Amino acid sequence: MRTRALTLVLALLLLAGCSSGGGRDDGPVTLRFQSLAWQAESVTANKELVGQWNATHAEVKVEYIQGSWDSVHDQLLTSFEGGEAPDVIHDASDDLADFAYGGCLADLTDLLPARLKSDIPRRSWETTTFGEGVYGVPFLQEPRVLVANATWLKRSGVRIPTPEHPWSWPEFRQITRRLSGDGKYGVAWPLKEPVSATLNLSLSAGGQLFHRDADGDVTVRFEAGDEVVPRTVHDQIGADRSASPTTLGSGGSDTLPGFFGGRYAMVPLGFSYRQQIAQQAPKGFRWQVLPAPAGADGPTQGVSPQTLSVAADSRHKKEAVAFIDFLLRPKNMVRLALGDWMLPTGAQALSDPALHTAKDDWATGTALAAHLRPAPAQTVRGYPEWKDKVATPAFQEYYSGAIGLGELRERLEKDGNRVLARYQR
Amino acid sequence: MRTRPAVRAGQYTALLAYLAFLVFPSLWLLSVAFKPPRELGSLHPTWIPKNPTLANFRQAFDEQPLLHAAFNSLSAALSAAVIAVALATPMAYVMARRRTLLARAASGWVVVSQAFPFVLVIIPLFLVLKELRLIDSVPGLVMVYVVWSLPFALWMLVGYVRAVPVELEEAAAIDGAGRLRTLVSVTAPLLAPGIVATALFAFITAWNEFFFALVLLKTPEKQTLPVVLTHFIGAEGAADLGPLAAAAFLATLPSLVVFALIQRRITGGMLAGAVKS
Repeated sequence: MRTRALTLVLALLLLAGCSSGGGRDDGPVTLRFQSLAWQAESVTANKELVGQWNATHAEVKVEYIQGSWDSVHDQLLTSFEGGEAPDVIHDASDDLADFAYGGCLADLTDLLPARLKSDIPRRSWETTTFGEGVYGVPFLQEPRVLVANATWLKRSGVRIPTPEHPWSWPEFRQITRRLSGDGKYGVAWPLKEPVSATLNLSLSAGGQLFHRDADGDVTVRFEAGDEVVPRTVHDQIGADRSASPTTLGSGGSDTLPGFFGGRYAMVPLGFSYRQQIAQQAPKGFRWQVLPAPAGADGPTQGVSPQTLSVAADSRHKKEAVAFIDFLLRPKNMVRLALGDWMLPTGAQALSDPALHTAKDDWATGTALAAHLRPAPAQTVRGYPEWKDKVATPAFQEYYSGAIGLGELRERLEKDGNRVLARYQR
Repeated sequence: MRTRPAVRAGQYTALLAYLAFLVFPSLWLLSVAFKPPRELGSLHPTWIPKNPTLANFRQAFDEQPLLHAAFNSLSAALSAAVIAVALATPMAYVMARRRTLLARAASGWVVVSQAFPFVLVIIPLFLVLKELRLIDSVPGLVMVYVVWSLPFALWMLVGYVRAVPVELEEAAAIDGAGRLRTLVSVTAPLLAPGIVATALFAFITAWNEFFFALVLLKTPEKQTLPVVLTHFIGAEGAADLGPLAAAAFLATLPSLVVFALIQRRITGGMLAGAVKS
C-alpha cells in the first residue's frame, strides 16, 4: 500500500520529466552498476563478472551496488529525480515505460554493438522499445509453466503434454477435473498478482486487451480471446472445484507446501521457481515441468524480461554499454541464466548445452523460448495505475465469484480506459 | 476492594492471549530461522524444527554484510536518538511551561507536521540533501531521522514536562535554587523516564527505518540493516526464507536488548506522593 501510494505520487512528478545534470566526470571513469540479483549463485556470478571486467579494464571501473526487487521502482524514481541514479540499471521491461517516456533512461539505439543487436531476437527487443528508442537490453526471461506432481500425473494416466504438444485450455480444464476430488485439487492458481499472469497467458488464446490506434493511443477492449484464460480459471474454481479457492490471494511460494503435501497436482509458476522447488521438495518427491496450456495462437505467452539500462544522466554512456556488452557475452549470459534459473534472451546463449539438460527440466523451458512475446501491457503508459486501481480488484473479484464476466469486462474497459486516457492527453 | 477470582482469572487469560498475539511473530521467526529448506516447504509446519540447523545463519552472514550493516544501523539510530532528545527536551520544557503565543503556535506546528506523509517530503528532502552534499552519507541520514522523529519526540516530552508539578520547581525556588539548579536537580530526574521513553522511540524508529536509508545511501558499505534484509527477497515476492528469517531475527535483537535494559527507567511512579493536592 505504502509502495503504491509512493509510486502514484512520484509517477506524477516523473511526468514532468527527469532532472538533468548530476553525474561525475572527475578522474578515471567509475560506473555504478545496480544489480537486482538475489539468489546466491546469481549474486556470485554477477560479482565475479564485475571482478573480471575490473581486472581487464583499468580505465573503466565498475562498482557493484546491490539493489532489491522489492523496492527498485520507488528507489529509481527518487534517484532519477535527484540526478543520482546508477549508471547501469538492472530492472524488468514492464517497469521501464514511465522511466523511458520520462527521459530518465538513455536511448541505446546508436550505442548498442551489432553483436548484441543481432544476438537478441527482435521480439525481445520489442519489450524495451518505447516510441522510437531502445531503453534497455533484455537479457533474462522466464515462461510461466505448470509444475506438476509427476507421480500423481503418471498414476492418473492423463496425457503428459510437451512443448510440441501442449494441452489446450479445454483439455487442461478437463484434466484438472479428472485429477480433483477428496479435498484435492488438480491445480492451485497463485493469483496474488492476477493481472500479469492472466494477460500473459491470454496471448496463447489470441487475447490482446490493449489495442493501439494509428495515433499511438491505447484503448482496452476485452474480446473473445481475452476471455479464455479468465473463464477457465473462474470455472475451475467455481463450477468444477478443480482449482483451490484458497490460493487466489497467494504468491507462488505460498502454494509449495500444499503442492509438496499432495494437495494440488499442479501449480502454474514462473520457470525460476524450480530453484525453490529443488531446494524444498521432500526426499522422493518427483516433480516435472510442463508447458502452460495453449490456445488458438499455440503456446505463445507474454513475458517481461529482466533488462539492463543506462541512466540518461550518465556521463559515460559508451562505457556503460561496453560493460553491458561484456556482461552479456554468450558465455556470461549463460552463467547469469543458470544463476537465476531463467532463460537467456540471446540466441547463442540459449543454444548452450547446459540449458538443454533434462535435469530440473531445463530443456522444457528452453523449448518454450521461441514462443515468448512481449507482455501485452509492455509499452502502455499508465499501466501500473490501471493494474493497481482497476484490473487487480476486478480480476480478484471475478475469480472469487463476486462478479460475472460482464462486469469484469465493463470495469476493465470503462474504468480502465478512463485511467489510460489521463496518460495520453 | 478485592477483585473476584473469576474476574482475576479472566484478566490473566486476556493478558496471556494478548501476549501470545504479540509474541507469535517473533517465535515464528525464530522457528523458521532454524529450519532447513525442506521443513520450510512442509504442509504441516511445526513450532520446533525437527532437524534444527544453523545453516540459515551461516548463509545469511556469508551472503550479506550483516554485522557491518548492523553497525551502520546502530550508529545512525543511536546518534538520531541522542540528538533528537537533546533538541526536544529544552524545547518541550519551554512549550510546556511558557503559555505564550509562540509556544502555542509551536505546539500546533508539531501536530500539523505529523500530518505530512513521507511520500510528499521525500523528493524535496532528497534535493535539499543533495545541495548540502549529504546524499550517501550517514550524517545526512541521521539528520533526516532527527527531523523525522523530532515532532513526535517533542509531543511526547511536552506531556512528560506537564506531568511534573510546577509546585516542585516553585518549592525549589523558595529554597533558594536558581533556574538552572532547579532544572538539573529537580526537573531533570523526574523527567528521566520520559526522556528514556522518547529516546527509545527515536532509536527504534531509526533502527527499523527502511525507505530513507534505501534512497539516501548509495555505497554498499554504508547500507543499514533493513536495506540489507531486502537483498534476500526476489521478484514477485519470492524469498530466501530461511536466511531472511535468520537475519531478521538477529535484527530484532538490539531493539529487544535496549528495551530490556532501560524498561525499568520508563516505569512511572517516581512522582507518587511528591505533591499533596
